[in-house]
Amino acid sequence: MNLFSEIWIVARHSVRVALRNPMTIIVGLLQPVTWMLLFAPLLNNLPTTAGFAPGQAINSFTPGMLVMLAPITSLFSGIGLVVELREGVLDRLRVTPVSRLAVVLGKAARDLVVLLLQGILLLLVAWAMGLNVSFVGIVGALGLMLIVGLLMISVSYGFALMLRDENAVASISNVLLLPLLLLSGLILPLEFAPGWMQRVADLNPLAYTVDAMRALFAGQFASGAILNGFLVTAVLAALGLFWATRSFHRALA
Amino acid sequence: MSVIEIHGLKKQFKSGKNIVEALRGIDLNVPQGQIFGLLGPNGAGKTTLLRILTTLLQADSGEATVVGHSLRSASAEVRRVIGYVSQKGGAEAAATGRENLSFQAQLYGMRGAQVTSRVDELLAALELESIAGRPVQTYSGGQRRRLDLALGMVHRPALLFLDEPSVGLDPQSRARVWDEVRRLHDSGTAIVLTTHYLDEADALCERIAIIDQGQIVAEDSPEGLKRKIAGDVVLLGLDNGHVIAAQELFSTQSFIREIKQEPEALRLLVDEGEQALPAILQLVHERGLPIRTVALNRPSLDDVFLRQTGRSLRDDLN
Repeated sequence: MNLFSEIWIVARHSVRVALRNPMTIIVGLLQPVTWMLLFAPLLNNLPTTAGFAPGQAINSFTPGMLVMLAPITSLFSGIGLVVELREGVLDRLRVTPVSRLAVVLGKAARDLVVLLLQGILLLLVAWAMGLNVSFVGIVGALGLMLIVGLLMISVSYGFALMLRDENAVASISNVLLLPLLLLSGLILPLEFAPGWMQRVADLNPLAYTVDAMRALFAGQFASGAILNGFLVTAVLAALGLFWATRSFHRALA
Repeated sequence: MSVIEIHGLKKQFKSGKNIVEALRGIDLNVPQGQIFGLLGPNGAGKTTLLRILTTLLQADSGEATVVGHSLRSASAEVRRVIGYVSQKGGAEAAATGRENLSFQAQLYGMRGAQVTSRVDELLAALELESIAGRPVQTYSGGQRRRLDLALGMVHRPALLFLDEPSVGLDPQSRARVWDEVRRLHDSGTAIVLTTHYLDEADALCERIAIIDQGQIVAEDSPEGLKRKIAGDVVLLGLDNGHVIAAQELFSTQSFIREIKQEPEALRLLVDEGEQALPAILQLVHERGLPIRTVALNRPSLDDVFLRQTGRSLRDDLN
């Protein structure tokens, strides 16, 4: 068996089990959907700002929520890994001939599938609220969201293998989550922020993702923001994946 | 031929500043076609040894071959021919029994109809058919343990490792697990199990290695271990007020190898129980000790453990 068919076997089984419980998908969706229902309408009366056009709040707000979805779902995916570590599931899989890397990548693939389904559901809600976006924009946006998801999953798996305690993984994820989100401009544009805060936000990869996401939704495909967003997230996701697989080899292989 | 050969296996763990010597140089041969037991208290190194033999841990030094493959240079081959049922089992709680088994079969390279027929076969053999469609988290302890066994057997391994196979089970489920292990053995699978239950080692294993503080202190068949090391046990039942007097009486007798006080009883260790008994009764009679009962017991594995380590295995469990 090659690595890809092994990953496929692990991912297919894991997705089937994960989707049995609808809460897997719903929990992560609740927060962004609540923001869309109860906060986005406020933006309709906001004066024109970069990325925010009056009257089209849902168009400007949905990209941010798509970015939000990735960390609030995927940053916690390491918790499942800790549980499987403790309950002996990973040991059982590690004694089979299947590549140990395929086990972790297959589980990461499952977490990406869950994220993708959440992203599609979120877009359907936005569409019901009047979202108006091109097909290319949607495909690009979901692709970008998956790259952010891969970054968050890698970081979370890395923490999980390092800390081996689900409470510790949850705490560290919660500590990271809020500054990551608030300093990305995903709720209101960072143009409103004071200078020092904009400097700090320059260091937040999610700020570039949000800019790229807004440009994709606005159909500004020539915008440099899209390239920047993809580049920053993809490089970090590759680094994250490298770290996670290395931790995995150290801890379990 | 041996199914496992181990030479000088050592393993240390660091916990903070302390170094724990989990294995202090294990030499062991496990003959083919036997149910082989590693008996020892918790923390003796049984699980560490098993995790090394199943490729989950690497030894610091020493060599081992498992079913003819070197652990160090051919761990992938080792994994193909062994099965492992850990103490926790490792079934996915959210998946059904059938899903767990099908997935496991696929991990061993089975496909399509092959998977279905093997899974059906195992579900029938272990009487799990009626609950195969339910998530594992709804299973009873015994049902879950049978599924764990099935997971370890999916690929018909030449050698199956069982880590504490009956821990935490009720007596009926326990007997059921033993039956399954014997049946598997009858079908030609070599089995290596760890246990800290004396009765389990006694009832199930054809050969036992007693392991204590990272070392193998004795190895033989259960009968051989008891015969060689422990002798027989004569248990005299008498009032607590007379136990001391009885102990003084017997401590001067050379044919008594060991004396141990117990509540309302004195435990005498002798070489040949049948021959010692008349002499003991004679002494009791001369001294006029009011004994209430006399029992001649074949030694238990606990007596063996006591002789070898100076501690009782039962004490360690409490």
